[in-house]
Amino acid sequence: MILTATFLSAFLGAGLILLLPERRASLAKWIALLAVLAGLGGAKFAFLSFDHSPAAPDYQFLTWLPWIPQLGISFFTGADGISVVLLLLTGIIAVTGVLFSWNVTHRPRAFFAFYLIIIGGVYGVFQSFDLFLLFVFYEIVIIPKYFLIAAWGSTNREYGAMKLTMYSVAGSALVLLALIATYAVSGAQTFDLFVLSRGGFSSGFQAWAFPVMFIGFAVLAGLWPLHTWAPTGHVAAPTAVSMLLAGVVMKLGSYSALRVAMTLFPEGLGQWRTSFAILATAGIVLGALVALAQKDLKFTVGYSSIAHMGFVLLGLMTLNRAGMGGAVLQMFSHGIIGGLLFAVVGRMIYDRTHTRDIADLGKMDLLKALPFATLTFTIASVASMGLPGFSGFIAELTILKGSWIAFPWLLVPAGVGIVITVAFTLRALQRAFYPSGEPMPQSFDPITFPEKLGAVLLMAVTVCLGVFPSMLLNPILRSFQAPLMHHLVQEVTTK
Amino acid sequence: MNTLIAPWIILFTPLAAAAVILFVGRHSKPLSAGLAIGSAAVGCLLSWWLFLQPDPEEVLRFPWIAIGDSWLQMNLSIPIGVTVDHLSKLMLVVVTTIATLVFTYSIGYMKTEEGYWRYFAGLSLFLFSMLGIVLADNFVMMFIFWELVGLSSYILIGHYFRKDSAADACKQAFIVNRVGDFGFLLGILFLWAATGTLMFGDLTSGKGIALFAANPIYLTVACLLIFCGTVGKSAQMPLHVWLPNSMEGPTPVSSLLHAATMVAAGVYLLARIFPILEAAPHALDVIAWIGGITCFAAALMATQQNDIKRILAYSTISQLGYMVLGMASASSADVSMFHLFTHAFFKCLLFLCAGSVIVGMHHEQDIWKMGALKNKMPVTFLIMCIGGLALSGCPFFSGYYSKDLIIAWAVVKYPLLGWLSVATAGLTAFYTVRLLTVVFLGKPRGDQAKHAVESPLVMLVPLACLALPSFIAGYPFIEKLFFHVEEPTAVPHLLHPVLLFLFAVGVVSAFLLYRNAEKDPIFIPLFANRLYIDNLYDWLVKNIQGRGAAVLSWADRWIVDLFIVQIPSKIVWGSGFVLRFFQIGNIQAYAFFFGLGVIGLVHFLIFR
Repeated sequence: MILTATFLSAFLGAGLILLLPERRASLAKWIALLAVLAGLGGAKFAFLSFDHSPAAPDYQFLTWLPWIPQLGISFFTGADGISVVLLLLTGIIAVTGVLFSWNVTHRPRAFFAFYLIIIGGVYGVFQSFDLFLLFVFYEIVIIPKYFLIAAWGSTNREYGAMKLTMYSVAGSALVLLALIATYAVSGAQTFDLFVLSRGGFSSGFQAWAFPVMFIGFAVLAGLWPLHTWAPTGHVAAPTAVSMLLAGVVMKLGSYSALRVAMTLFPEGLGQWRTSFAILATAGIVLGALVALAQKDLKFTVGYSSIAHMGFVLLGLMTLNRAGMGGAVLQMFSHGIIGGLLFAVVGRMIYDRTHTRDIADLGKMDLLKALPFATLTFTIASVASMGLPGFSGFIAELTILKGSWIAFPWLLVPAGVGIVITVAFTLRALQRAFYPSGEPMPQSFDPITFPEKLGAVLLMAVTVCLGVFPSMLLNPILRSFQAPLMHHLVQEVTTK
Repeated sequence: MNTLIAPWIILFTPLAAAAVILFVGRHSKPLSAGLAIGSAAVGCLLSWWLFLQPDPEEVLRFPWIAIGDSWLQMNLSIPIGVTVDHLSKLMLVVVTTIATLVFTYSIGYMKTEEGYWRYFAGLSLFLFSMLGIVLADNFVMMFIFWELVGLSSYILIGHYFRKDSAADACKQAFIVNRVGDFGFLLGILFLWAATGTLMFGDLTSGKGIALFAANPIYLTVACLLIFCGTVGKSAQMPLHVWLPNSMEGPTPVSSLLHAATMVAAGVYLLARIFPILEAAPHALDVIAWIGGITCFAAALMATQQNDIKRILAYSTISQLGYMVLGMASASSADVSMFHLFTHAFFKCLLFLCAGSVIVGMHHEQDIWKMGALKNKMPVTFLIMCIGGLALSGCPFFSGYYSKDLIIAWAVVKYPLLGWLSVATAGLTAFYTVRLLTVVFLGKPRGDQAKHAVESPLVMLVPLACLALPSFIAGYPFIEKLFFHVEEPTAVPHLLHPVLLFLFAVGVVSAFLLYRNAEKDPIFIPLFANRLYIDNLYDWLVKNIQGRGAAVLSWADRWIVDLFIVQIPSKIVWGSGFVLRFFQIGNIQAYAFFFGLGVIGLVHFLIFR
């Protein structure tokens, strides 16, 4: 029940905000804050009370209610180690997103209502064990994104919003196709993931159903070459939505790909994994290279997301505990770091300087004018490069370890990607924040308290995770022994 | 105090100092400096104390990450723990002692510079990371601190980030190191996959090597990949380019990081895994060649540099080459560690002297603008001569003992490389005396040289403290205290006379050539331009990587997008456009289409 509270609080908050009268519109952000805090509380409680002793059940907090019994659709939620980790991520990003939207004055009621609907949908996806329910939550996320970007966005916002929505819908169409086929072929008259995953799908069916469903989900995870929605969408979106997109929405894709497509079709996965691993690595290298050529700071961060999500997909394809565990850890880690980068670029910088051009920012002497923003971006950059002490390091290390076993030949390009990541990160950091030449001091509004609070929260999480990675790794790794996943982990008997 | 806790105190005191300086240091210069120096001094005292204790039976170790991998039938776990053995204790002593002296010297050097607290926080962070490398008891932990050292080096090189050259230098240093580090990481993964353990204790005890016995090629590859880390951090060819550029950082930083300690981390790494290396003779051959070539080529480049710090930087690369060569040729890691030990003192000393000269010259670094400084800065001159003689291998100075030992081993095992390193010894004497002569003798070549002043005591005292070990650190009684080295057998009888002869030739020729020179009488473009290696990298980065990125960015927007977004959207729009013509709203037209359809259907049914 505690899980249900996470998305219920978000939807309830959205409903309340819509009921607010015009003259009380400024209350919207407070209601939103309360709602996301309640959600975070629920997620945190679930995370802390998740029992990972060996004797504990693999799936906890289970809720099962009949919904449309004629079609075998039920309201079936619960959590394993992966779910609780991603629910926690959602809670953290949701709260910081509200903090970084504290200055939204243009139609705040609609803004926060749409925002909370997205949050609720995301919470829902991460806990659904009924595929129909999961798909409904997945779709709930898409539409509000369009309005948020088109109405509150910046650069080229209508194009970006439409492109993002079309990509999402196209991905969903593929997913829906595969989902209906699965339902029909299984003959089990149910959308229950546990029942469906008991197998029985022929190799021929898996061979086409897996790629269709996987690609459908992976569009949202920024799978190369279906990634171009992400940079334009991130750039066009208002800060909180960029944070949500990079922080959790991209994870919806990778999570669902793991939870549904990979779990249901292990044979199809076996046939296709090498191809997808190559695409994932292409995303790492090409995403990083393209980021190196960007002039707009937000585009740089946007393309860095592609590179980082490439690591997630590569890790998933390794099919061993190190690689897949690292992939989930990277989802969390990139959620936090990506969110932080977008928060600095979108809210702390762009809202004050009204430019994101790296060369223009370099002339503003941000080190003196906005020292807190500079410090935050510096720390986020260091974390983004995967340096030890921050969460990204452990995630990349374990993914590389997994790839070493599964795809040793992909490590060289992945390594090139890592080096280029350092290059573009330092380039952006130095040129925008530590420019050479004589500074021309400018003054901007000081960084507000909510911004500082949100930034400190995110930085604390990434450092905490960098120093104590086992906190998340233990529940994550445990999930790969559970019934849904254990058949994915490949046993290799020879060295 | 006991040996369980002491290493942890040594390790974490600098981190605590860095954190405090970061938060409150900007309000008080003495506080920043005091905290940093205090933490280094605590580490120094404890390290000496620890050094005099017997090796402890057990150490504290904490579990950190555990990933069970069923395919290996074992649980892989990475602890955070410390190694306290002879090697690490020795390194602790060297690092903390030199750090304390350099930190103290920094008070004088940085007195008028901006970013005082930033500087001391960076130094403390560096000390923490470096001690982490020294104390690490497994590869992952060492790699973590390895990266942190890279980060602190980046921060410190970029101290004057307003200068373009410094901003580029720190970026380059970081990226080049990252290239080497990735090889290192692959090596770690390779070892991990092959042996299932990353603990130094297990790997070097014979258990780890035994796992490789069936496939010696694995061991060779693993060693070479790990050696990539050394190539990056210890500035071996072809990744040496970052070290001369790193001289953009403040001089005490060059002295501590880029001469005495950090760049020696690569050599320390080789010493750590020496038992594994010994089992991989082919890897040792590659290591020897890289070390030997680096040693010789860097000395050639050093003879034609004009920046006082860059001369010393190339000299550092060359000396590191000696150490790497020594690792590959000697029977024990102690041979190279001995040179690392003496080199740390005299090279640190040389840099601090250079810093004293630079401060005296009001931040002028071109040796051709100096001259006759021996009258203005007599103490610096005297002490720098000690450092210079130690570097050039003058008999009875420390470098003489340690360097000749490496050369002797190299000549026995790799004659060609050995004699190349003999020639390098002559070059070393030549460029060292060139530096000393041009800077301190002759006539002043500019106003700054005429008005140079001796540095304050806070800088001279650390110099004096370093001068003593630079002089005596090679003497047998010290060597016996710290090392267990042995002379190779069958050394050619000619070797030592030749070395002495080359030393004399180098010193005398440089002295005669440069005694009264107004500008460099020799100009060899190949050496002055650093064998054009930097130019090659610049060209590659600009043309391949820079243009590649631009092309890909364009392709991402116009080609990937074209096929996935533009063309489908145009098709949808186009079909909508075409279909629009059928929606005429005219009943006759619809009847006409209907008729066409019927005809088509009938045609299809009858004539198919």
